[in-house]
Amino acid sequence: MQLDSLNLVNFKNFNQLEINNLLKINCFVGKNGEGKTNLLDAIYYLSFTKSYFNTIDSENIKYNNDFFVLQGKYKNSDEIIDVYCGVKPGHKKKFTLNKKTYKKLSDHIGLIPLVIITPSDINLIIGGSAVRRKFIDGVISQFDKEYLNALLKYNRVIEHRNKLLKQFAKNNIFDKDSISVWDEQLINYGNKIYKKRTDFIQKLIPVFQKFYSFISDDNERVELFYKSQLTEADFKSLLQKNISKDTILQYTSVGIHKDDLILTLEGRQIKKIGSQGQKKTYFLSLKLAQFEFIKQICGFKPLLLFDDVFDKLDADRVSQLIKLVSDNNFGQIFITDTSIDRLQKILLDIDIPSKIYELYNQTITLKNK
Amino acid sequence: MDFTEYPSRLLQNAVDEFSKLPGIGKKTALRLVLHILHQNKDDVFKFGNSIIKLKNEIKFCKSCNNISDTDICKICSNNSRNHSLICVVENINDVMAIEQTNQFNGIYHVLGGVLSPMEGIGPDDLNILSLEKKCKENKVNEIIFALSTTMEGDTTNFYIYKKLNKYNIKFTTIARGISIGDEIIYADEITLGRSIVNRINYDEKINANI
Repeated sequence: MQLDSLNLVNFKNFNQLEINNLLKINCFVGKNGEGKTNLLDAIYYLSFTKSYFNTIDSENIKYNNDFFVLQGKYKNSDEIIDVYCGVKPGHKKKFTLNKKTYKKLSDHIGLIPLVIITPSDINLIIGGSAVRRKFIDGVISQFDKEYLNALLKYNRVIEHRNKLLKQFAKNNIFDKDSISVWDEQLINYGNKIYKKRTDFIQKLIPVFQKFYSFISDDNERVELFYKSQLTEADFKSLLQKNISKDTILQYTSVGIHKDDLILTLEGRQIKKIGSQGQKKTYFLSLKLAQFEFIKQICGFKPLLLFDDVFDKLDADRVSQLIKLVSDNNFGQIFITDTSIDRLQKILLDIDIPSKIYELYNQTITLKNK
Repeated sequence: MDFTEYPSRLLQNAVDEFSKLPGIGKKTALRLVLHILHQNKDDVFKFGNSIIKLKNEIKFCKSCNNISDTDICKICSNNSRNHSLICVVENINDVMAIEQTNQFNGIYHVLGGVLSPMEGIGPDDLNILSLEKKCKENKVNEIIFALSTTMEGDTTNFYIYKKLNKYNIKFTTIARGISIGDEIIYADEITLGRSIVNRINYDEKINANI
């Protein structure tokens, strides 16, 4: 699956823009605020029916206009897929596939798989554990609907249980029978999620390590571990042991909602000791591993969007990264960068169909390699 | 359109009362009220009285909490029904739905909801004690759980099961799976997955259908 042409009207900072004959590697260069990332966002929008950066659609319309239109033509071997999206506040969002309007937007998601890597992915490393759980959950849910179901149910049981604990505190009572039925549900769903997370992370580790060592040229040893309270004891006894603590706290202090990924570099937490470039390599490798899983699930290569990823990486790592993603395991790639010289130099070394576009003042010009 | 300006206070009161009903907004309420206003007096009195009478005279069956005109409902007082088989349901309309099937010859027990701490519904808000009383006093062979297939429904099943397990009763729950007449491709993944895991013996199926 490859994007062949992209057309936008009134999307974010653009009045009108058309790009044709896109290739395997496509780079957008330009100064700050020219709209490089907005182009990636348009591509993202056509896959996920919403913006990656701003989900409030009225704010994605060019100032002083009242609608925007995105159109993408994709090629999948001989087949041409035409995706159109029209957004006008006060009207239902229109999404069509080969001129046929979708009844449900969710039916479109998954047709054109895509992975976007942006500087904000640094939160996978430095952010709270919720970011990392969301990352894992996002990948597993894509291929395992039972997992998603268990997760939704689990979160709901937690809400019920916490509310019950608050009611106990308010009325100064404790009803063991009431709490134990919710515990039973929690254990049921929690164990399922724990097992699936364990299995998934076992599969994730080697893929992640392969990417990291390629980009860093085998210079560093990285590991990641699944950390869960359920590893140390079974869920039932954990809940029993902590019930008095939970009663005082008025919330559930143990369970898979406390899970985390421990990310290490040379045996120590990367969050604490990693350099900016190492952290970047780390989350790049995690996201590329995600790419690998999505590829396996859908059976073909997703689009890959790199938003400003070269910043903070040294020249060796940049060239390793490009070498990695330009091989046959990856599909079409879109890259944004501020430096045209850097891109020209990198692309000279590799023999892959590629284009560099420069964005300046609403117009896009093709540059020589 | 703003409906805050009504030409009459009486009209506004009536609209306010109607819009308290579930699924009725201000616009629909106004439409209904104006409709009633155009009816003749007898019909409107009949309408109003039927509601007042409903509230004043309706009874809840002392045995199963179903709606009834008498202290004990028609189902519970029917001796030809199997009183040792109790179907536990959430609400009165569930009783009507199951009765429509003509497949059930036992009696019912209406809980009046399911456990849901988030909505403030605990065991004391449901008719669980009266069900336990039934199990203690009468000979109950089987309890069928026919609650919603939500997590709250499941939790309520489990709570009742734990409470009543000591009485030597068989507990069953209604089957879950592909609807009859459904095409496989339209079934949701969870249901379809469960249906495969909990498949049933074909021999039993043939016999059940005959």
